[in-house]
Amino acid sequence: MNVKIRTEKLTVRFGNNEALKGVDLDVCKNSITGFMGPAGSGKSTLISLINRMIDFEDGVRIEGGLSIDGEDILGTSVDVVGLRRRVGTVFAVPLPLPRSIFENIAYGPRLKGINKKSDLDDIVEESLKKAVLWSEVCDRLHVSALKLSGGQQQRLCLARTLALRPEIILLDEPCSGLDPISTAKIEEALNELKKDYTIILVSNNTKQIARACDFAAFFYMGTLVEFDQTEKIFTNPRVKQTEDYIQGKFG
Amino acid sequence: MRVNPRFTDALVRHFLNLQAYFTVGLLVVIVFIIFIKGISNCSLSFMLTYPEDMGRHGGIFPAIMGTVFLAALSIVFATPLGLGTAIYLTEYTRESRLTTIIRFGVESLAGIPSIIYGLFGFIFFVIKLGMGWSLLSGALTMTIMILPTIIRTSEEAIKAVPRNLRIVSHSLGATKWETTVKVVLPSAAPGILTGIMLSIGRAVGETAAVIFTMGSSLRLPASLMDSGRTMAVHFYILAREGISMEKAYATALVLVVSILAINILAYYTMNRVIAKYS
Repeated sequence: MNVKIRTEKLTVRFGNNEALKGVDLDVCKNSITGFMGPAGSGKSTLISLINRMIDFEDGVRIEGGLSIDGEDILGTSVDVVGLRRRVGTVFAVPLPLPRSIFENIAYGPRLKGINKKSDLDDIVEESLKKAVLWSEVCDRLHVSALKLSGGQQQRLCLARTLALRPEIILLDEPCSGLDPISTAKIEEALNELKKDYTIILVSNNTKQIARACDFAAFFYMGTLVEFDQTEKIFTNPRVKQTEDYIQGKFG
Repeated sequence: MRVNPRFTDALVRHFLNLQAYFTVGLLVVIVFIIFIKGISNCSLSFMLTYPEDMGRHGGIFPAIMGTVFLAALSIVFATPLGLGTAIYLTEYTRESRLTTIIRFGVESLAGIPSIIYGLFGFIFFVIKLGMGWSLLSGALTMTIMILPTIIRTSEEAIKAVPRNLRIVSHSLGATKWETTVKVVLPSAAPGILTGIMLSIGRAVGETAAVIFTMGSSLRLPASLMDSGRTMAVHFYILAREGISMEKAYATALVLVVSILAINILAYYTMNRVIAKYS
């Protein structure tokens, strides 16, 4: 398999609290990898390392390695802004910027120096189509993004991330506040997108992981308990803890 | 014996109502008196002609322009400086001894009476730097005076912008500066504008510090180094020296109406900004 993201003995401490304990994990290119585990299991911490949003936290100590395409991304010399253009993020809560639908999506491309109206038009349309939102908003692109429903806002955030033309998309519990129909639309979009992107989906919903992901990783208290193809994890887990979690016995 | 709580509630509500009406009433009365006393002498030609005989006759054109120049210059000087300080304090540094000291300095500046600013401006800009009584001396003095207001209001406005918006902007590949300019400042614009409006009000209404630094020449200032007079100073001198109470009230009327106009314009602009970014 084609490794896109690799972690080696990755350990993260917030003060005295170990959020990740020596995690070794290979994330495969052009697939959807699901991260599951109860609150505080370290899955979101791992996400925030990959896009280096962890830089905004205080008192963090990191050991071990994390690389994308074999290239270290934890070092101090890494171009963090450039990294975040390669690694797009969709957060748990839909967070549209207070401007129009069009301007939300054009935000990233404009930062890259794309300012030509026709280029931006193309990117906006393409991104919205990929995020399965185009048909719902194509006639009101210049309406405030805050006027959309929660589910639409979250797909807008996905489209905004796609407009960066990233290599990797991180979704941190993107459907936690959404209704089943919106969730299905997001999953539908992801299934199409994995052809071109490497996707990591964090979810508290094990059913969603089972439905949407090719690979699944189960985290518990900062440790990667089990990582395998989704099918194997859900039909025949090696570790008892994983089985218990999937069956809803704890977590 | 316990007082009926419904009675106390009603009492408090009426009392608070009364206080609010009293405040607004006071404003209405002041504006009304100025209007009645000033309207008979106020005309377009009063605003567009030069004063004669110390202001006993003629208009207040130079004083209007002096006011506009002084306020505009102070804002042009103070806004970048104050906004820069606010951005530094909120976005570019952590809470530390240094920020505490800067904040303490800003608070202290805000508490100093304006006459002290006037005296400082006189000693430093007028005498020491040899700028003389001039528009520039006045504007620089006003700049120092309004700086605390701009810093405080901008800082509060910037702090009120949700942290998540910054996070999103960074996640989309924006640098800190791009995030500040494209996301934080537009969201904070209404608050920042309020601070600027308050500052214009202070500069326009100031007399003591202006007389000390800009002087009170009745000519139209033709350069930064010319002395001049603002409407507030003109009003003060007309009234204080008993030159003409009629002209004084007419000046006051123009002053009050223009402040009102600036406020309305600012709210209009503010709503345009809000509409664009929401």
